Amino acid sequence: MTTLKGKAAITGLGITPMGKIFGHDAMYFAGEAIRLAVEDAGLTKADIDGLLINNGVGTAGALSLGLAPYLGFDALRVLNHMNAAGSTAAQMVMYASMCIELGMASNVVCVFADAPLQTPGPSAAAYARPTPPRGMASLAPAYGLYSVNAQYALAAQRHMALYGTTNDHLGEIAVSTRMWAERNPRAQMRSPITLEDYHNSRWIMEPFHLLDCCLVSNGAVAVIVSSASRARDLRQPPAYVLGIGQGHHATTNRGGWEPETHTAATIAKDTAFRMAGVELADIDVLELYDCYTYTVLVTLEDYGFCAKGEGGPFVSDGKLRPGGALPTNTGGGELSGYYMWGMTPLSEGIIQARGQGGDRQVEKHDLVMVTGNGGILNYHGCMILSPNAS
Amino acid sequence: MTTQTEPARPAPVPDEVSAPYFEGARDGKLMLMRCLACGAWRFPARDRCDRCWSTETEWAQASGEGTLFSFVLMHQVYHPAFAREVPYNVAVVELAEGIRLTTNIVDCPNEAIHIGMPVQAVFEPVSDTVALPKFRPARG
Ligand SMILES: [Zn+2]
Repeated sequence: MTTLKGKAAITGLGITPMGKIFGHDAMYFAGEAIRLAVEDAGLTKADIDGLLINNGVGTAGALSLGLAPYLGFDALRVLNHMNAAGSTAAQMVMYASMCIELGMASNVVCVFADAPLQTPGPSAAAYARPTPPRGMASLAPAYGLYSVNAQYALAAQRHMALYGTTNDHLGEIAVSTRMWAERNPRAQMRSPITLEDYHNSRWIMEPFHLLDCCLVSNGAVAVIVSSASRARDLRQPPAYVLGIGQGHHATTNRGGWEPETHTAATIAKDTAFRMAGVELADIDVLELYDCYTYTVLVTLEDYGFCAKGEGGPFVSDGKLRPGGALPTNTGGGELSGYYMWGMTPLSEGIIQARGQGGDRQVEKHDLVMVTGNGGILNYHGCMILSPNAS
Repeated sequence: MTTQTEPARPAPVPDEVSAPYFEGARDGKLMLMRCLACGAWRFPARDRCDRCWSTETEWAQASGEGTLFSFVLMHQVYHPAFAREVPYNVAVVELAEGIRLTTNIVDCPNEAIHIGMPVQAVFEPVSDTVALPKFRPARG
């Protein structure tokens, strides 16, 4: 059987300044990130023959296929505008790796950009829906159900009732993630927080405090995927793609089916770990999609780091913190670092695999697991990165 | 500064596919789509059964009985009409028919809401033509 294991590597990484960066649209940020990634890899514009685009939720200057002419890519072999919500980063790297392994492209750029913040103001307004919905879709606002925050809070509340998960458990994830962000100069939120600060942060909707929820960021991240053989000659230490997979559960509104508490991470894990030929216990660093604290908890369970329902007690000994047994979200994640969908965990995973994490570098980083998550825990991606090709 | 009237809650806007749902609620009935081929209930209303893919559908009256699947207490004001109501609940109810829908729990203080509680549909008029199904604790 053919395999993608170790056939492709991430050779370039470009990260723009993140957060309340005003006066630019998503196209501008994407251009900046791609320029930085090409420079980082030691490649030139002419080396790029693939472009995969993932757009965020902000409307200003939304990314489109127009990114190709904007950057003067006039002879691409591979081009696509991809969307599997927050799991898209893994899908882009997967598609890029397959194209490269099949000889259909050499150096493929994968980019995510978003610019939801266009004027100084409250973040809650940034993602507001401009036109009122009709039909069944008009039920949610009539009941006062607003924001993806509430959908994830419903999932977390369900988990709490089924398994006894508490806000102390979720709070530990907020605290451990912030401790990592303190060590990352790129992170938006670097002031230390305690569990007490977590409990004192305002309710958005119970059971979620403000500190359960991710940031809102303007910015972009671009990565370049190349063949493993090419990667060895380029400027940066390669981050080899050893395993990659995806899994998706639809919300059917049917009894007996709970993607909110039992996610399709199980499916993605099966594919990715089988490809990489590694076991859970081999993983050194975790970069988990953390749109909410709860997302980390349920993801740990669904990968089998602990049994279903035991995610709360599992994290409460501080094992996710710097120096802990399971270093997790070492750049501050989306909760405290920056919110670039699946590019947040992917970018930090690349940095860790390269050994370029500075104050936050995890000493043993042979296997770095990166996840993506989208929808209301519907869409999942998994990547296993390594500084070693096998 | 001018005096402003209290902003109204966003009213549901029936469309062709959802009209029987809202008309049913106005008449005090919880009406849901049911597949004529496989018998599966479904929500929200849409033209095809997600289980067997049939487009042969009827609207049928559901029992209105269910249990609370999950809930949140909204504190942040996303729409000015809810400014005086926070914290208010938003709930997901699993109906006896085996499907879930979003709603509010009424006739029950927020502190008493708990997952697994039996609930019963009630219908709250929004206008002359539209009502919203909500749920109260089941009696008995
Ligand atoms: Zn059917």
